[in-house]
Amino acid sequence: MTDKVLLGDEAIALGAVHAGLTAAYAYPGTPSTELLEYLLAYADEHGGPHAAWCSNEKTAYEEALGVSFAGRRALVAMKHVGLNVAADPFINSALVAINGGLVLAIADDPGMHSSQNEQDSRFYADFARIICLEPANQQEAYEMTREAFDLSEKFHIPVMIRLVTRLAHSRSEVHLLAARPENPIRKPTDPAAWTLLPANARRRWRSLIERQADFLSYSETCAHNLITLNENDRSLGVITTGLARNYFLEIADDLRVALSHLHVGAYPLPVEKISQLTKHVERVLVLEEGQPFLERLLRGIISPSAEIQGRQSGHIPPDGELTPDIVRAALGLPIRKGITIPTMTLPARPPQLCAGCPHGDSYHAVKRALEPFPAAVVNSDIGCYTLGALAPYGAIQSCVCMGASVGMAKGASEAGLRPAVAVIGDSTFLHSGVTGLMDAVAADTDMTLIILDNETIAMTGGQPTILPSTRLEKLIIALGVGSEHFHVLNAHPRHESRNAEIIRAEVAHDGLSVIVMVRECVETARRKLKEKAQTLVPVEALV
Amino acid sequence: MKYDIIVAGVGGQGTLSVSSIIASAAMSEGLCVKQSEVHGMSQRGGGVVTNLRLADKPIASDLIARGSAAMILSMEPLEGLRYLPYLSPDGTLISSSNPVVNIPDYPALNELLETIRELPQSTLVDAEEIARRSGSIRATNMVMVGAASGRLPVQPETIESFIQKSFWGKGERVVEANIEAFRAGREAANLV
Repeated sequence: MTDKVLLGDEAIALGAVHAGLTAAYAYPGTPSTELLEYLLAYADEHGGPHAAWCSNEKTAYEEALGVSFAGRRALVAMKHVGLNVAADPFINSALVAINGGLVLAIADDPGMHSSQNEQDSRFYADFARIICLEPANQQEAYEMTREAFDLSEKFHIPVMIRLVTRLAHSRSEVHLLAARPENPIRKPTDPAAWTLLPANARRRWRSLIERQADFLSYSETCAHNLITLNENDRSLGVITTGLARNYFLEIADDLRVALSHLHVGAYPLPVEKISQLTKHVERVLVLEEGQPFLERLLRGIISPSAEIQGRQSGHIPPDGELTPDIVRAALGLPIRKGITIPTMTLPARPPQLCAGCPHGDSYHAVKRALEPFPAAVVNSDIGCYTLGALAPYGAIQSCVCMGASVGMAKGASEAGLRPAVAVIGDSTFLHSGVTGLMDAVAADTDMTLIILDNETIAMTGGQPTILPSTRLEKLIIALGVGSEHFHVLNAHPRHESRNAEIIRAEVAHDGLSVIVMVRECVETARRKLKEKAQTLVPVEALV
Repeated sequence: MKYDIIVAGVGGQGTLSVSSIIASAAMSEGLCVKQSEVHGMSQRGGGVVTNLRLADKPIASDLIARGSAAMILSMEPLEGLRYLPYLSPDGTLISSSNPVVNIPDYPALNELLETIRELPQSTLVDAEEIARRSGSIRATNMVMVGAASGRLPVQPETIESFIQKSFWGKGERVVEANIEAFRAGREAANLV
């Protein structure tokens, strides 16, 4: 087969297709979004596999689990914090007898380029007691995904592929291998192994514990965990995991000696190989992208024989992503001098709402409405509109996790902090704000929920929302929100003063009110115009 | 051979297209390529940067180390200066002279341009004016590719063929304007 230039995300997507994928599910989130986008485009062109955006990561995971139940291969993709949402099906799916291969591709964001934390998903794989593969480059991403499906079916567990931003969003050539056909439909022969009643669950849990030895034996012998010992040098050894290997290899030529090196690309941790390295050297430098997962286990509680250097000892910064320069410094190499301009300080250029963004106009109206209420609290959420926290808006006071604005405003109101306002985007509302609204309806909480409906998932590049704008209203009414205190407003700036009046009246109202502010995202609108213009290109130009 | 390029700009300036066209051209000439991009939040009007690495043997790191880039190719003067710590002492900064002023504390433009002119090796290009004259104000990024082309380890004809390929779907006029912009960029950098 030919070679192809792919992002890390795309290499996983195509690896899955070539492993006989039947269906893939995801909720968009940087840096994982391009994975399903690639599959959607692929399915459009080739008529399959099935690929779909879902309401949230939990529903995505459960749909993939259903495909596995049917004996076919499924991929589910999300960003690291998405796994918090999908943690329930994820952890429990390790106990069932996975039938068709189930692979979870999870994209961590060390350095928090587009995230609210830098949690390391390897802890989740360890918690669920499953196998995790961690590619270091696009080729490995492609090949490991194919292998992950085989491992999933061999060991009857979900298998995690962990990638990080710098691999997800880095492009390189990938050598492709022959594609495998899809599995036929094959219902599980033992439904008890899928029905986690306590009696069954105890049996399945025991089975998972017993199978740990098999997973470990795989990890000890697989080619992803490679050790090379330098018999002539016992001073320092290096353990790299995943992407960290790239930075180490990059500077290997600059080092005085070839250091003993263990690379870990597959988990559970290969304990034998790790002891082999640590016994061989006096000092071990641990280079891992993310939290000190391996380093912490290596340190344990009883002092290890070798000195361990890493994030916990301060040899590597305790947070943020690795860089070639951090690795250079940790190995005692001087940082190369670049060019400095001492006379000038350059201002940062943070992201901001686009010119003409409807969220900006909505925030102007909200701020105007709240002028008479200096004590008001505005809880917000995850999306482009989180940028309303920055100047010139300064319109929101919190952003924690998907959907949190609704529950937090309810809690704040019930604690006596009023008026309480929640501001959430349409897709985030459908992801997990809707359940919070059910709570508020049940309690008729004194709060105002403002849904910014820009008819798309804007921050991740304009994916369609799971319900179109036209059905959002019906959903809210169906939840039991009273029609007198439910408004749908046009977010155009020419309506600002009228919108502000309505918001002000609803904020003053002693009870629950919901306001939807509608106007299409400028980026999506622009793209639609462009697509329309492109369809008008004469046919000759395309031949 | 190893040639590291930092491609810088502001979200929406076509930084990714610049990087992709150079990368595709390099690959078609048999070079190994790694292109590390910025997606997501920063693309909303913030600074964006691509680490583009070209070499004649496989490349390990996706990121460029400090002091080792052969070129900073910037769509905007402030963004170009931002990455100087990554530029090798004998590397060059090629920047558009047209600012994107979307922050309140944007420095005085003449100071920025003067700083760029005083660097050991730099080229400033009035990309907007050149693009306008070439037929499309939206082709400023291809002017910058043209201005950089003389130093890249890739033949300009190969780059042209990939400009053609990447704008093919947008019609003949768009292709022509971008090729014209590329050639005018070469001229502006005194390459022809």
